[in-house]
Amino acid sequence: MSLSELHFLGGASHSDSETKPQLDRRDFLKVLGGGLLICLTPDLAWSQESGRTFGGHELPKDINAWLHIDADGRVKVFTGKVEVGQNIRTSLAQAVAEELRVPFDSITMIMGDTDLVPWDMGTFGSRTTPTMSPQLRNMAVEGRQMLLEMAAERWKTDVSRLVAESGTIKTPDGSKSLTYGELTRGEDLVRTVGDPPLTPATDWKIAGTPVPKANGRDFVTGKHQYPSDIARPGMQFGAVLRPQGFNATMQSIDTSAAEKLPGVQVVRDGDFTGVVAADAFTAQQAVAAIQAKWNVPEKQGNQGLFEYLKNNPEGRADDSNSGWDEQAYAAADVKLESKYTVEYIAHAPLEPRAAVAEWNNGKLTVWTGTQRPFGVQEELMHAFQLPPKQVRVIQPDMGSGYGGKHTGEAAMEAARLSKAANKPVKVVWTREEEFTWAYLRPAGLIEIRAGARRDGTLVAWEYHNYNSGPAAIGTPYDVKNQRIQFHPAKSPLRQGSYRGLAATANHFARESHMDEMAHAAGTEPLAFRMKNLSNPRLKAVLEAAAEKFGWGNAKSTPDRGFGIACGTDKGGFVATCAEVAIDPASRQVKIRRVVQAWECGAIVNPDGLRNQVQGSMVQAIGGALFERILFGNGRLQNPFFSKYRLPRFSDTPEVEVVLLDRKDLPSAGAGETGIVGLAPAVGNAIFAASGVRLRHMPMTPDNNVIRA
Amino acid sequence: MSKFLLQVNGKSYDVNAPADETLLSVLRNHLNLTGTKYGCGEGQCGACTVLMDGAPTRSCSIPAPAAAGTKITTIEGLELDGRLTRVQQAFLEEGAFQCGYCTSGMIMSATALLRDTHSPNHEQILDAMNGNVCRCGTYPRILAAIKRASGQASAGGGR
Repeated sequence: MSLSELHFLGGASHSDSETKPQLDRRDFLKVLGGGLLICLTPDLAWSQESGRTFGGHELPKDINAWLHIDADGRVKVFTGKVEVGQNIRTSLAQAVAEELRVPFDSITMIMGDTDLVPWDMGTFGSRTTPTMSPQLRNMAVEGRQMLLEMAAERWKTDVSRLVAESGTIKTPDGSKSLTYGELTRGEDLVRTVGDPPLTPATDWKIAGTPVPKANGRDFVTGKHQYPSDIARPGMQFGAVLRPQGFNATMQSIDTSAAEKLPGVQVVRDGDFTGVVAADAFTAQQAVAAIQAKWNVPEKQGNQGLFEYLKNNPEGRADDSNSGWDEQAYAAADVKLESKYTVEYIAHAPLEPRAAVAEWNNGKLTVWTGTQRPFGVQEELMHAFQLPPKQVRVIQPDMGSGYGGKHTGEAAMEAARLSKAANKPVKVVWTREEEFTWAYLRPAGLIEIRAGARRDGTLVAWEYHNYNSGPAAIGTPYDVKNQRIQFHPAKSPLRQGSYRGLAATANHFARESHMDEMAHAAGTEPLAFRMKNLSNPRLKAVLEAAAEKFGWGNAKSTPDRGFGIACGTDKGGFVATCAEVAIDPASRQVKIRRVVQAWECGAIVNPDGLRNQVQGSMVQAIGGALFERILFGNGRLQNPFFSKYRLPRFSDTPEVEVVLLDRKDLPSAGAGETGIVGLAPAVGNAIFAASGVRLRHMPMTPDNNVIRA
Repeated sequence: MSKFLLQVNGKSYDVNAPADETLLSVLRNHLNLTGTKYGCGEGQCGACTVLMDGAPTRSCSIPAPAAAGTKITTIEGLELDGRLTRVQQAFLEEGAFQCGYCTSGMIMSATALLRDTHSPNHEQILDAMNGNVCRCGTYPRILAAIKRASGQASAGGGR
């Protein structure tokens, strides 16, 4: 995948960073390993952030596009953002309930249905809380104002004498009252909305509280229908023939055995070969019965990967110098040069890609798991030459994505098969397909040169990231003399967005190197960081984590180590302290305890936030210690859970989260950046105990054993 | 094709399915009991866990006819007259999920554990639950939910 796609897929995160690459404005249409990926210019992602136009999609400014009050007072809220487990169905409803002055339970969120909700770029880059939430709050404030005016009109009184409370407009003495439903009688609220004043966080009554997950009961009873659970009348099951390797070309194909199976229809359309059958099992059998021979081109594998990435640039480096002075580096008292590497890893959402497609009178409707319902709609429009009104994409709350479901492959496959079969068709990817034909978190090489004075003051910072990505590439430390570059490379594997993007790799490298510098300068690691930081928010989380952890209370020993790391990205500030145990005989590492302090402005839902921060730390254990994609000869070698180790209960340390609630600051998103601190904190703890510096992620792929 | 009777959640179903089709596929695609999830197809993630005569079983890894003659319980069969079991209730109270896709399997594994071991210690919980994956990483809350359901004070790992 190209740099631009990489940026697009997660690119929403670096609009205001100094690392914004200069890219041509152009559309991408690429066929990758049989999957179709359409990519829009990355500038769209940035323009979305500015909150103005959306790549030709004007955001509706009228209330009724975003919310509707039924005659019975129930409120429907419409948004293109989607729920993938990050809990925005709940937190957005809280924000609207707060501003509209209605009970939380009266709100129903309509999410990710392209027929019903305003256009949206997608759910990524931690943008829901900082952009969608204020958007909906604006609408709710203006809606409340309209309701006040409607009541004032009826009662021939002054608006300022009325109050809105719990879904009702009333006079202050309570002698007169009308419910919202009685006022609107289900009619649209028609008004263009500007920038009304929002309720300050210090006055929040519903926002800011730990409201439990909306429809939580449906998740403990199995009632919630995920994309892969959708069924339609007369539905058939589809499966797709996959090439034997990446960029393979077909030499020959024989579908006769598949066609002999009962009720099986083989669909061929250019490079695409799929089957439709009455049941899922037969569909899988039919695909397996197709005899195809492939030419698989030789491609780069794990062996020599990082040299390959360095030696195969794509496009020009993204340069964000503040001015580099080689002399300043040369003159530093303490100088250190290191290389860090990260492997490709998989998102492995527990629900693989899935879609159900059906055609009715030329209109295509697809239920699918995607972070970009409108992006998938656009892919389908292009593929079938249909106008927007003829393609509806519906995204039921899904079995997560972590940045891995920006694309619509299963939707496209189900739509093609459904069209050929003239019946609704469901396609659910196997785990092997999800590993192989989705996309991966980029691998990368990071080279750092840093210099400090004897007193621990950083004086030079040179940083080169090859392929992994530019997210959070800039250092938050005060270094006057710095050169920071992202070097896009020709990736041998299809790569894309991931939770936090490259922020994990960049924090691993930076915070490990800061630790190396601290030790080289003979300065205590926390003190070294504090000395070189002036950002008060970052210092505050460092102090909070250190205090809760008891940093400095005990010294590291060969079998027990303590490490610390911090960072910031996408408006979130994080500091992580880790304790590891090392078995003296086996050299196996176990993460014992992690304390993470987190701050992202005013907290909308402390319970949902805590869940996100905890979960991102646990997910981070995989990439830090053992997750990696093994590949060679044009294919993956471990596309199964039996060969790709995921964090489990037994890997989970004692996890503590300290939340700092800054009611004076706007709320930022929290789904991603909580993932960045764990790997460097653990690496630094391993070093503190063992003296071994692990500069490769995953650090201990071989059964958690430390190898020098 | 093979014809057999499946007893699921106290109901009998006449099933006509290929002899090699997995129990998971039959539950989901023939009986429309979609609370049981596909995660890996090789018994590694536990999303497909059901109870067979009370024993936690990976429904993705056994052919459906092999389940004939047993009493199968899926997530849909736990509620009694609209009342959640203590395990379901505890998951809800601890907020022990994010996307919730692993939750059915987690609850089935935990249900089996607590039936056999009323007050499991930490090691026993790990032993019983380690085959269930939560990719969102809510393990601390799931542990707290299991402790809560077994009447033990939450260890503070949850919230």
